[in-house]
This record gives sequence, C-alpha cells and structure tokens, in this order.
Amino acid sequence: MVKKDILKHKLVPDHVVLKKNQIVKVLKAMEVHPEQLPKIKLDDPVVKAIGAKEGDVIKITRNSQTAGKFVSYRLVLG
Amino acid sequence: MTGIIKKIAQINFGLLSPENIRNMSVTKIVTPDTYDEDGYPIEAGLMDPRLGVIDPGLRCRSCGSKGGDCQGHFGHINLARPIIHVGFADTIHKILRSTCSSCGKVLLTDSEKEFYMGKIEARIKNEESITDIIKDIYTLARRDDCPHCQQEAEIRKNAEFMIQNSEEILEEIGPDLDADTKKKIEDKVQKLVELEEKRVSSGEMDDMEPNADINAIKDATEELIKVVKDIKGQNDEVTKELQELVEPIYQEAKRAQQRTIQEDIKIDKPVSLVEGNYKLTPSEVREWLEKIPEDDYYLVGINPKIAKPEWMVLTVLPVPPVTVRPSITLETGERSEDDLTHKLVDILRINQRLKENMEAGAPQLIVEDLWELLQYHVTTYFDNEASGVPPARHRSGRPLKTLAQRLKGKEGRFRSNLSGKRVNFSARTVISPDPNISINEVGVPEMIATEVTVPVYVTEWNIEQMKKYIENGSKIHPGANYVIRPDERKIRVYDETKESILEKIEPGYVVERHLMDGDIVLFNRQPSLHRMSMMAHEVKVLPHKTFRLNLCVCPPYNADFDGDEMNMHVFQTEESRAEAKSLMRVQEHILSPRFGGPIIGGIHDHISGGYLLTRDGSVFKEEDVFQMAQKSQLPMPEPKNRDWTGKEIFSLLLPNELHMVYRAEICRKCDECLREECKNDAYVVIENGELKMGAIDEKAFGAFSGKILDSVVKEYGTDRARKFLDSATKLSISGIMKRGFTTSTADEEIPREARDRIEELLSNAEKKVEQLIEAYHNEELEALPGRSLRETLEMKIMQVLGEARDKSGEIAESYFGMDNHAVIMALTGARGSMLNLTQIAACVGQQSVRGGRIERGYRNRTLPHFQEGELGAKASGFVHSSYKSGLDPLEFFFHAMGGREGLVDTAIRTAQSGYMQRRLVNALQDLNVNEDGTVRDNRGVVIQTRYGEDGIDPAKSDFGKVADIDRLIEEMRIKAKADK
Ligand SMILES: [Mg+2]
Ligand SMILES: [Zn+2]
Ligand SMILES: [Zn+2]
Ligand SMILES: [Zn+2]
Repeated sequence: MVKKDILKHKLVPDHVVLKKNQIVKVLKAMEVHPEQLPKIKLDDPVVKAIGAKEGDVIKITRNSQTAGKFVSYRLVLG
Repeated sequence: MTGIIKKIAQINFGLLSPENIRNMSVTKIVTPDTYDEDGYPIEAGLMDPRLGVIDPGLRCRSCGSKGGDCQGHFGHINLARPIIHVGFADTIHKILRSTCSSCGKVLLTDSEKEFYMGKIEARIKNEESITDIIKDIYTLARRDDCPHCQQEAEIRKNAEFMIQNSEEILEEIGPDLDADTKKKIEDKVQKLVELEEKRVSSGEMDDMEPNADINAIKDATEELIKVVKDIKGQNDEVTKELQELVEPIYQEAKRAQQRTIQEDIKIDKPVSLVEGNYKLTPSEVREWLEKIPEDDYYLVGINPKIAKPEWMVLTVLPVPPVTVRPSITLETGERSEDDLTHKLVDILRINQRLKENMEAGAPQLIVEDLWELLQYHVTTYFDNEASGVPPARHRSGRPLKTLAQRLKGKEGRFRSNLSGKRVNFSARTVISPDPNISINEVGVPEMIATEVTVPVYVTEWNIEQMKKYIENGSKIHPGANYVIRPDERKIRVYDETKESILEKIEPGYVVERHLMDGDIVLFNRQPSLHRMSMMAHEVKVLPHKTFRLNLCVCPPYNADFDGDEMNMHVFQTEESRAEAKSLMRVQEHILSPRFGGPIIGGIHDHISGGYLLTRDGSVFKEEDVFQMAQKSQLPMPEPKNRDWTGKEIFSLLLPNELHMVYRAEICRKCDECLREECKNDAYVVIENGELKMGAIDEKAFGAFSGKILDSVVKEYGTDRARKFLDSATKLSISGIMKRGFTTSTADEEIPREARDRIEELLSNAEKKVEQLIEAYHNEELEALPGRSLRETLEMKIMQVLGEARDKSGEIAESYFGMDNHAVIMALTGARGSMLNLTQIAACVGQQSVRGGRIERGYRNRTLPHFQEGELGAKASGFVHSSYKSGLDPLEFFFHAMGGREGLVDTAIRTAQSGYMQRRLVNALQDLNVNEDGTVRDNRGVVIQTRYGEDGIDPAKSDFGKVADIDRLIEEMRIKAKADK
C-alpha cells in the first residue's frame, strides 16, 4: 500500500507544534496550567506525523460551522 | 456564602473486621428478648439502653447526651459458627475459584503474577480502575492445578524415595532374577531416574506445564509395577516383596497427583459454595480464605490495607443502634417492633440454640441444621429478596423490610431520601388560565398564600406592619404563621399567643408572614427539560384553588389546562430573591436559547384575534378603540374623530422608532412576491412604529416565531417586551371579542359540485392504481433504477394516491376563504392546519404502518374481505372518505392501525430521548462559560477555547445567526424611506 501523507487529507485540520515562548504566551492568555488544556495522545497519527513530543502544545486550526476558523490547543501526552 | 473547594483525594470502601465490629460495639447482645414484664429494656437484649436513646427526656448511658442528640451506638452478636455474608457470596465464589485449595495462592504462575502485579500497580498509580484486570485474572486463574503447591514437592520426595528403594530392591534380589527381567526392571528404573533428573533441572521453569513431569513419573512407576507383576510365577516371594515395596509408593504418588487437581467450585445461590460434590461449610470457606497470602490480595481485587478476604465470612454480627430500628407504641399501648429487630431476635434465638447444642455435643446432623437456619436468618437480615431464599415474613404474612430493602429501589434511601427530598415552602395544585394577569405573574390561591411564608426581619421601619400581620394571625390573609425570636426559638402565632408576641416583638425578630402580592416565587412544571421549565413569577393572591397563569407562558412550560399541576417554591433569603429576579424572571426568558427566537408569546386566540383586528378592511368605532386601549393598559390615544383601522389600533402597541419588514404567516409563498402590492395582506411593513401594511398573525408575536416580539426584546429590552406582550394579547382578545369568533364542522362544508369533482378525481386515481397493478401482473411495468418491480409498483401507487389526496385537498381549499374561521386559524398559525381541514372536508388519504402502505394482517392480505395478494388502493389502507362524511368499517380499521403506530412511536421516542437527555445532563452539568469565553469544567480544565466556537449566546442570537444581514438591510431601507 502506498503511504499517504495524512496531513494533506482534507479532514485533517492544521496542527502546529508551538515553540516554548509561544506556549508561555498562550497559557498566560488563557490563564491555564498546561494540565488544564485538552489532551492529545502521543500515538495520535497526526502527532506522529508532525513529530511532536510529550509535553509539547499543539495548536489546531479547524474550519468551524459557526465561526469560520477556530483555534484550539492540545497538550501531548504519552 | 464562601466555601473552600477541595478535591476528594480518594474514597475507600472496605470491610469491617471482627475486631472493628467488637471495638465499635458498646455491648454484647445475647438475649433474644427485648423488654421485661414491667416494660423495661433487658440488659444485653436488643433494646439494651447502652445502644442509645430516642426519648428526649432520657440521657444516653453510653455517650451521656440527650435523646435526639445521641445518634445511637452499635452492639454485637458473637455468632456460634461463621456465616457467609450474602452480599459477598459472589466475590467469595470468584476468589475460591482462582485460589489453590491447599496452599491458598492465586492459581497463576510466577511470571503471570509478576505481569499482572505490574499492570495493577501502574493502574493504581494512575488512579485508574483495575476491575477489568481482576476480571482477566479470574478467568485465567480458573485452573485445575496449582503451579506453586508444596504438593509438588511432596511428589518429588516420593518419587526420589521410590527410585532409591527400587534400586535397593534390585540390588538385594537381583541375583535371583533372570537376566531378561532384571534388564527390564533396570530399564524402567533408569527411565524414572532420567525423568526425575530432567524434572529437577527444568522444574523451576514456570512456562512448562507443571504436571507434565509428574504425569510421566506416574506413568513410569505404573510400567515398573507392571513389569514387577509379570515376574509373578518366576519367583513368588521376590515378586511379592518387590510389589509390597513399590505399591505403597506408587499409591502415594497417585494420591498426591490427584490432590493437585483442583475441583471446580460452584455457587448455589445465594450462599452455598460447592467443591465438586461436597458443600463447603462457612468455616471451611473462611479457613480457605485465611490461607490466601497477603501478597496475592491485589490479584483477587482486595486492597490489603482495607480488607481481608476472610472478613467476608462473618464471625461477629454488628447490631445497629435502636435509633435505626425504633419501636412504635400503638394507641392500644401495645409495642410494635421494627422489622430489623424482629430479624435480630430470630438470629439471636437460633444462635443461642446452636451454641447450646454444640456445647452439649449434639449429633452433627442437628448442629448442621441449626447452622443452616442461622445462615438463613442472617441472609434475610441483610437482604430479604435474595434469589433462592424464601423471604422471611411478618406474622401477618407481609415480607419483612430488611437492610437491602431500606436502600434499594425507588422507595429506597437513595432515590427517595438522598437524590430527591421533600421541600418546605413549596406548593402544588392544578393550573388554570388567567388572561388578565401579566406573564410575569402567577395567581396563587389564598389557601396556599396563608400556608407558605416569607421570613421578614423586623426593623423599626416595618414593625407596625409586622404587628398588623401578627394581629391577623394565621387564618386571615395578610397574616403571619410564625415568629422567630433572636435566640432562634420559633413561636407559632395562635389567637392565644398573639398578645404576648405583640408585646415582646422588637427589631431583631423574624416574622414568617403570608405570601403577598409582589413576592417572587419559583414556578415549575415537570418534566423540567429546559431552563424555562422553572421561572420566577410575581405572586398575585387570588380566590379559588388553582394556580393561575398567563396563556403566553404555556409554551415554555408545555402546559395546558386539562388537569396539569404545577409546583411553586417560595424563596427564603434576599440573595435568592435578587438572583431569581435578575436571572429567572419570566420576561428574561422570552427568547429561547434553543433557537434564538421567542418561546413565550401569543397562542391560539391571540393570533386569530390579531388577524381579525388588523386585516384589511377591519375598522372600529373610536369609542370601541378607547375601550380596547383601556382594556389593554395602553395610554389613551389622541382622538381622531373618525373610525380607526385595525392597523392604527395595533400601532399603539409598537415602539415609536420601530422599523420592520417581514412576510406574515398567511403569506402564500407566491412564485414572485409582489411585496407592497401583496393581495393577501401578507407583506408586513412597520415604519416609525406604525403598522403600514400587512396583517398581524403568528409571525408577529406568536410563540416560536414572533418577529415583532423578537425585535422588541432585542432592541428595547425585556421590560418593554413584557409590556408589549401583555398589551398585544389583551388587545387581540378585545379584537376577537368585538368581531366574534366561532368554529364548527360547518366551516369544513364544501358544495356538492366540489364533492363531485373530488369523487371523480379519486376514482380516477383508483383506476390508475388498478392499471398499474395490471401492468405489474402482465410484467409490463418498468423497474426504477435500484428498485425491484414490486418496490417500483409500490412507489408508483403511493405517488398516484398521494397526488390524488393533495389534489382533492386543493379542490376543497379553493372553496375556503378568509371569511371561514377554521381557515383563519389554520392560515394565521393560531391552531390547526390546512391538512386537517382538507382531511375533514375532502379525503383522509393513505394510512401507513412502518412507512409504507398497510400489508400486515392475514396471510397475503390485510383483511379477510380481500383476495389473497390483492394490491388495490382500498385493500392497503387508502381512506377514500373524508372525516366529515365518515369512514367505512374497513377504512376505520386501517385508520386505527396507523393511529396506533403513532401512539406507540411517541411513547418509545419520549422514553429514549428522556434517557439520552439524562445522560447528556449528567455529562455536562458541571461545565460553565468563563468570563474569558472559555468553557471549563469544575477543575478548570478547558473544554472549548470559545463557547460554541463563535462565543455567541444563542438566546441573544438572531434565530441562531449572529445577525440577519438581509433583514437589517431591508429595515434600513424602510427607515430611509420613512425619514424622507
Ligand atoms: Mg395536560
Ligand atoms: Zn448515646
Ligand atoms: Zn497450591
Ligand atoms: Zn405574498
């Protein structure tokens, strides 16, 4: 079977690993501890594809029915 | 109130050890009697005074506090023999099945044990459930041999002994044997030795089937004995000697090997545990459980810090305090004991007899019988509905309510005392309508107003008023029922106590005065499915016995007046009143968060009234207008000295700067809308608060779709909207009263000529159906893509008959005009639909079961009146008649079939959606929207970074959208035109 790039699939939203300073900014803006963010598994196919590591925060930008674009953050867990 | 939110670290559920039970006990209970002849409780009896007091006059012998303050103290009964606790019989069964009967270890190999312990420890560390692991262990450990047992070592010892002896014997008697036999015996012994060596070297490897080598040894010994037996006749004495020596060793090995095979444990409900064919006594069960090493506790699902498995077999029984099982004294002076006390008496009596018999050395059979009986009593004491046990009964034949029955089910402690409780300051009665009160109000019967009260702090400013209430007492309406002194003593206001209360009352007292006009109360109708099911209303005390409510609040409560009852709760603190007034008032809930439009609004006659009032050509005399304005609580309008049009009257309600355009409910959805030139009066234009054109109907201020009402709430606020709605409904009712409004079956009358046309149309359609069927039988019908011939036929017939019904409806409709009251109701959205009317007047149409024409009934036909395989319209439930002309018996039967399916479906749907709602509510109840717009749970974990992704409150949205741009543009256009 040909291995497809799942990141190019239309149902897979945009995942970006945040840099350290960006994480601090996001957490501060939302007034949350990293553990209070929604989680994403380390063995999630997209996490594997973008090479995120445990403890990283991923910014996910999805198309939204109500708001057009919607941004959410997830903490990578093992 | 401020509180500290703490996270519960853990909750442990454990077992009481016999030691625990004795420690918490204040006395040992031995006598089955309760009171002596003089009526005093017997010491060491079930009513021992040390178990606590109920009588407020007495002091507790154990804790010294007064009755009522003492919560009671446990006693204990030492059971003569151990008893299995019913609640744990299943657990005991599972544990016995997965542990070794001789060494008590879990029947897992060392590596399996290590593997599962690792898993369990990880789960415990992560605070996760281990139940599925334990379940796996229970399945895997259901082995019939023990991988650990010392029995193995015993066999090994025996085998070694046997080998040694055989060698010795051979040496001793060898010379007497012939070479051949000697060789044979030597071979066998050699094989034994080899096997034993192999076993010793590999014995520690647990991946090997533990009994394989032992079986081999057994086989080898057997062969050896056979050889020895064969020697018979050659040398009798030697053979005998040899046999005598080998035989017992062999027997020992065989027995030892048999013992390692674990018999299957079965449970005979509720508490009997059977090993093979032998019923284990509770003592044996307890001994077995005691053998389980502590290291193995986790593997069978027991936390060693909290419980030991043997505690599931009782040796001592806790006796609950008398406060848990109070006795009742009947009027006759007779004492009636609680069911639990009765059961404890039984237990004590049998326990006593068992002990005596044991001490007297009675036959085993008698002791066992008594033991059984004690087990029965203890079992039913815990659970009198345990399967497999006849329930213990009262003398009257009523089954006793024992411990489990107190907790279980709808009437149990959980569902009726903990999850749901009776509340004070609440009332419930039948509801009825009152069009004269505001939507914010609720009519409260005087009878209720004098019963439920509001606490008022007495101050120097209200003391005179409070004195008046006290003077009125509890019977005359604005009165008071109780006075609470600053020391929190509550005094009932009686005619006799009035005087002294009035003398003493001063600021600092609290008066519980009757409910009065203007008080805020919470009003509720079950099922409380959305937040509008509980709203705050202002009280209006009225005569008679029903709660009165404005008709506009029927939709949010889903109430009608066919006997519906509602509940009312009176707030008891200023905080709750303030909160309710700003968040829960009816006017704050005009817009529903479900669809962003009004859910509170005009219904039924409000709608038809609005239409009658405002339709083109409707004019009123000026004096009538003043009367209507007065009735609707509108400011007196400037006189015009001429007749008023209905539209001018309705404009009195509208805010001055309101601009609107919309298509009314009566709009016929013409292919091309003529807008301002609409012939149906359906294009509504409001300029500067004046209704320029269009009639008022459901789209104006009806519940679910009222556009004007929606605009008024969003532009002018809830207070203005409430006034608008109160006045609009009253004005509509005045309008309908001026014009007169009635309906009857005469409204569904159509002329003969129309009936003939419908008849012709239907018979043509039925003919067409016959033709289709004929074509089908002649196989001339062409199948539609993806359908079988039969399906094609079915679809075509449905289509033909559907069209026929619609056409017949259209014919009937063409004779219906806006002078017809039933039609007004249908088209304005007040009640009923055009379909209802045409079904009454023209043709009812196809009845369906399971989404298709009716096929069920007899074999290959619906009813015996038809031929087998008949497919015609009539034979499959097409109702040709109209409701008004009446259905023939066959039609009636098919109609009943369809109707029944509808009923069943709704019943099932409500049950399903109710459970789904419950699960959703439980999952979402602790979520809230923070000030920063994030949705979080009670631990602060982010569920959504922005509520609904767009942060819009649906109740404040424009029918679900942030804003309706088209509408805004059209309104601006109107405004510009008006300003010109
Ligand atoms: Mg009802
Ligand atoms: Zn006490
Ligand atoms: Zn064992
Ligand atoms: Zn139109």
